[in-house]
Amino acid sequence: MSITKSNAINTLLIAGLLFAALCAHVLSEPFIITMATKIAIFAIAGIGLNLALGYGGLVSFGHAAFFGIGGYVCGILASHARNFEPLTTWPFEFSGTTSMLVIWPIAIFVSSLLALLIGAISLRTTGVYFIMITLAFAQMIFYFAISWPTYGGEDGLPTYVRNSFPGVNTLNPIEYFLICFVLLLITLILCSIIVNSRFGLALQAARQNVRRVTSVGIDVYKVKLVAFVISGGITGLAGALYTDLNRFVSPSVLSWHTSGEIMIFVILGGVAHLFGPLAGAALFIVLEFVLGGFTEYWQMWLGALLLLVVLYAPKGLMGALNASWRSHG
Amino acid sequence: MTTTLIIEQVLNGLQFGVMLFLMASGLTLVFGVMGLINLAHGSLYMVGAFACAAVAAATGSYWLGLAASLVVAAMAGAIVELLIIRKLYSRGHLDQVLATFALILVFSEGTRWLFGSFPLYLNVPEILSGSVELPGGIHYSLFRLLIIVTGALIALFLLALIHKTRLGIQIRAGESDREMISALGVNIDRLYTIVFALGAALAGLAGAMVGSLQSVQVGMGEPVLILAFVVIVIGGIGSIKGALVGAVLVGLVDTLGRFLLPELFAIFMDPASAKAIGSALASMLIYMVMAGVLFFRPTGLFGLNA
Repeated sequence: MSITKSNAINTLLIAGLLFAALCAHVLSEPFIITMATKIAIFAIAGIGLNLALGYGGLVSFGHAAFFGIGGYVCGILASHARNFEPLTTWPFEFSGTTSMLVIWPIAIFVSSLLALLIGAISLRTTGVYFIMITLAFAQMIFYFAISWPTYGGEDGLPTYVRNSFPGVNTLNPIEYFLICFVLLLITLILCSIIVNSRFGLALQAARQNVRRVTSVGIDVYKVKLVAFVISGGITGLAGALYTDLNRFVSPSVLSWHTSGEIMIFVILGGVAHLFGPLAGAALFIVLEFVLGGFTEYWQMWLGALLLLVVLYAPKGLMGALNASWRSHG
Repeated sequence: MTTTLIIEQVLNGLQFGVMLFLMASGLTLVFGVMGLINLAHGSLYMVGAFACAAVAAATGSYWLGLAASLVVAAMAGAIVELLIIRKLYSRGHLDQVLATFALILVFSEGTRWLFGSFPLYLNVPEILSGSVELPGGIHYSLFRLLIIVTGALIALFLLALIHKTRLGIQIRAGESDREMISALGVNIDRLYTIVFALGAALAGLAGAMVGSLQSVQVGMGEPVLILAFVVIVIGGIGSIKGALVGAVLVGLVDTLGRFLLPELFAIFMDPASAKAIGSALASMLIYMVMAGVLFFRPTGLFGLNA
């Protein structure tokens, strides 16, 4: 497989998403635009997870924590701003905000900080224990969100209108899609820079052989922790975007189902493949829509399809696409 | 807060722990012997509950229902193992997670298709539905007490099976070196199917018993599955003894935490916020215990290799 061919598939994917949304706009099908926005947002979350799971070999089953915290940061800041209740009064008064340009960095910062905390403890373990301890932390936050009444508890926290972005009407579906799409592009570029940097190479080497990487003088724990923090931050940004898409955030974004879904986007698309999460998210969300049109029990068929993919296309969609391309070309 | 209440809560915690043990023992065996993460274990629990409800409704006999939960769950487990799980042993954890997640979807929606979305209710037979007086004048539900006894008996049976029988020797050998025991002439494929079916039967029984206490519905297995994972991770993956200790620990910590923490906070807070903070903390408590255990012992309490 030459690099240009795989590039062609990637370009096709990203152009296809943009094209689908623009077509839907012309045909005034806001539902399809929302679906494309959802794909872009979950692709960002998946790219975040892929950095840890795919490139770093850190199988986190708790990325819902970062996704959900990002979502809650967005919801909480917006609700404080709308209710004119200051979030903090000391050491300075901060009254919340409805500006996306302020919300995003805070969401990224808070979820990275959480990732630093969770990662620092979890990275002491490996293998299944790592999978389970990340799950445990996510569950802790999930149950906390359910039983903490200040921000809606189990009922969730509505934000009523989307937050604002200078010069854009965010409530217009296509304009909000374009915001998410541009962020998706930026995330893709960022991720490709990280993966190909010295740090990225060290991370991938550490996945393959910890001992060798240690022996050339690299602190594996630190490398993995930094990757985990960046991964959490990216997924947190996606969470903030998701709150704005729905104008609502509830503990369900923190549940282990969300972790499972983000993980499925990554595995379905192809682990450690830059565009894998986008392919996976697109396939999953489109399938959900198409199968949902046929039968009430669409999840059963979705499950059967997923099974077939795992059993017969273990390298995911991108692996299968690249392979078939090679055999035909 | 009286001693009676505390003893009652301890018993509830034990009963919860015993249920978790039935789930966790299968999970930990499957993981220890086959190296497989089986997210679909909760589906087998659900299958057992539905089998019990359906058979009990059709025949009018709760005991036949209980037997059916064992048999049907074991059969479902064996079929799934033969058709799908078998192909996953050589794969990485990621593929196993994805495939068994897919199995959950198939099982849940398949069950919804067969039985509908409404919860079913199982009636415990007349002779079990009363309460008994324990020494010290405490009244406690007979059925819950029986669950504790059944669970304890099954725990003894499993420990004996693992440590005293030929099958147990093979299972333990399979955990430490699967190539070697197949080279020694043990039919490893059959062993795997048996272990998987055994785990499934125990999960099915747990589902039927919990279904009799609460209700039988689609998706009932998932919360229990996560708790069972917490149990086996605390206990150390692959260890039946670890699963037993972990299950009782989680059962007691969770039940007593929900009961005691709000009371504890009420000592120095106003009742409303004490209740809020207490119950918020209580629901996080077992995950904190798990994180704590893994922090100090990264392979669990009875984990083999550090």
